[in-house]
Amino acid sequence: MVLVFLEQVNGQIKKSSFEVASFAADLAYEIGTKTIGIIAKGSENIAVLGSYGIDEIFEFPAADYLDSQQWVQILTQAYTQLNPDYLVLSNNSLGKSIGGSLSVKLNNGLISNAIQFKLEHSKPIFKKSVFSGKAFAWYGFSGNKGIISIMPHGYGVFSNKNKNTVISSMDLKPLEPKAKLRERNLIKGKTPLTESDIVVSAGRGLKDPANWPMIEELADILNAATACSRPVADAGWRPHHEHVGQTGIAIRPNVYIAIGISGAIQHLAGVNNSKSIVVINKDSEAPFFKAADYGICGDLFEIIPKLNEALKKAK
Amino acid sequence: MKLLVCISKTPDTTSKIRFDAEGKKFVEDGVQFIINPYDEWYSLVKAIEIKEKLGGQVDVIHVGNANSDILIRKALAIGADAAFRIDDEALNSTSVASQIAAFIKENPYDLIFVGKETIDHNSSEVGSKLAAFLDIPFVSYCNHLDVENDIAVCSTEIEGGNEIIELKTPFVLSSAKGLAEQRIPNMKGIIDAKKKPLNVLQRMNVENHIDLVRFETPPVKSGVRMIDPLNIEEMVNVYKNELKII
Repeated sequence: MVLVFLEQVNGQIKKSSFEVASFAADLAYEIGTKTIGIIAKGSENIAVLGSYGIDEIFEFPAADYLDSQQWVQILTQAYTQLNPDYLVLSNNSLGKSIGGSLSVKLNNGLISNAIQFKLEHSKPIFKKSVFSGKAFAWYGFSGNKGIISIMPHGYGVFSNKNKNTVISSMDLKPLEPKAKLRERNLIKGKTPLTESDIVVSAGRGLKDPANWPMIEELADILNAATACSRPVADAGWRPHHEHVGQTGIAIRPNVYIAIGISGAIQHLAGVNNSKSIVVINKDSEAPFFKAADYGICGDLFEIIPKLNEALKKAK
Repeated sequence: MKLLVCISKTPDTTSKIRFDAEGKKFVEDGVQFIINPYDEWYSLVKAIEIKEKLGGQVDVIHVGNANSDILIRKALAIGADAAFRIDDEALNSTSVASQIAAFIKENPYDLIFVGKETIDHNSSEVGSKLAAFLDIPFVSYCNHLDVENDIAVCSTEIEGGNEIIELKTPFVLSSAKGLAEQRIPNMKGIIDAKKKPLNVLQRMNVENHIDLVRFETPPVKSGVRMIDPLNIEEMVNVYKNELKII
């Protein structure tokens, strides 16, 4: 059995959970077993998980906030009751806080940040991105069990499975919390940067924060999230949570559009896992062009407004 | 307050990444090694700031061979008081975490810092494993920390925002940007560092559960397709028919 940990927020199943469900179902299919999900009670659209290949799902009652040790306790109990071959979870912020602990508590291997798997000598091996996107590593488990955490946006979502998910409940009880939640601050009405399919990002080439509206306009037209390079975040032109790169956050959108960013290696470290990269820069020597799929060498102040108008018409 | 900073050795960001013919080993020839930036810039500096405010001791611990001593001396030059090196290759996160945990069980600390990830394996595993071995809480991607007596308030990065949580020491935290600002060692620091203790500890055998099959380098991009900046129509065509985002 492949056990997959699914998450919900405000009654909705998280996007990363559809990715891990797809990964778990594909893995279960290849090794000839079932896919069982567990999720906290309260999500409205749970039946939809059948189309992602979940055979059975266990719901458990959970408080709105659980600290990382409590999540580890809950998942350890579920694992002990169900005794799966593999446990799959997202390597999102929660996955990063609990993945290593689960591996210790379950005395099992962890392959983190996986993006793909295949069977080799009839055993699954898993591919992960290493060296900040400059290489990949394939790992396998020494035994026949293991924990795999999936890079957010790292695996395709497939909803063609057409299974009737059986829904049951499971009693999982964490110990008393050790941490107390004081505040949770979420940027309202926007898809988190790490979950966006399309990201429009800009750098020092913008020259002044007052020039940002045309970037936001392009992002709105494409239904994309906005991001920025480090100098722009450090100068306070844009909030720090929009900074992508080595010290900022690493993202893996389908399309990354970089405007007025030279493409220093520290910036590339955060974005070179993107599936397609479009670079707009006036310097033909900008290193970013070497990492790009599409390049436009020209003055962004002339190109972007025209492009925005043309895209609006093409919509 | 007793503070322990775990430091890792990583290739410099600009290093060329190469592997041996079997794809089993990272080729270290000509590679410049540095302290993992998150460990040096954020963990170490934050620990020093806490000591400057509340008093106490900042120790650094590292798993590696004697080639790492130059990096450990740098951490001492920046302001750590003492260093411990577990004399072992840093083979995997379980081995690193369990050996550091064994040290901490004998030498308790109030706060234990790791970086949010290393820039070579990008795994974010050691902190979470360390906390589990020690049965204490783990706060990941911490970008702000206030601590007074045994109560800490941390801000942690989550998707699309942050959470502010309150907990008691001891705990393990992984540092992210925002926690502190990089410090450059000064001449006095460099001279003092030579006199500070660097203790070498014996390695332990640790069971491992995963095996490297091979490394791979990504396929070389087929080359950028340049679009004429005057040809807006072609740009729209790419967005619409090739990237399919409009």
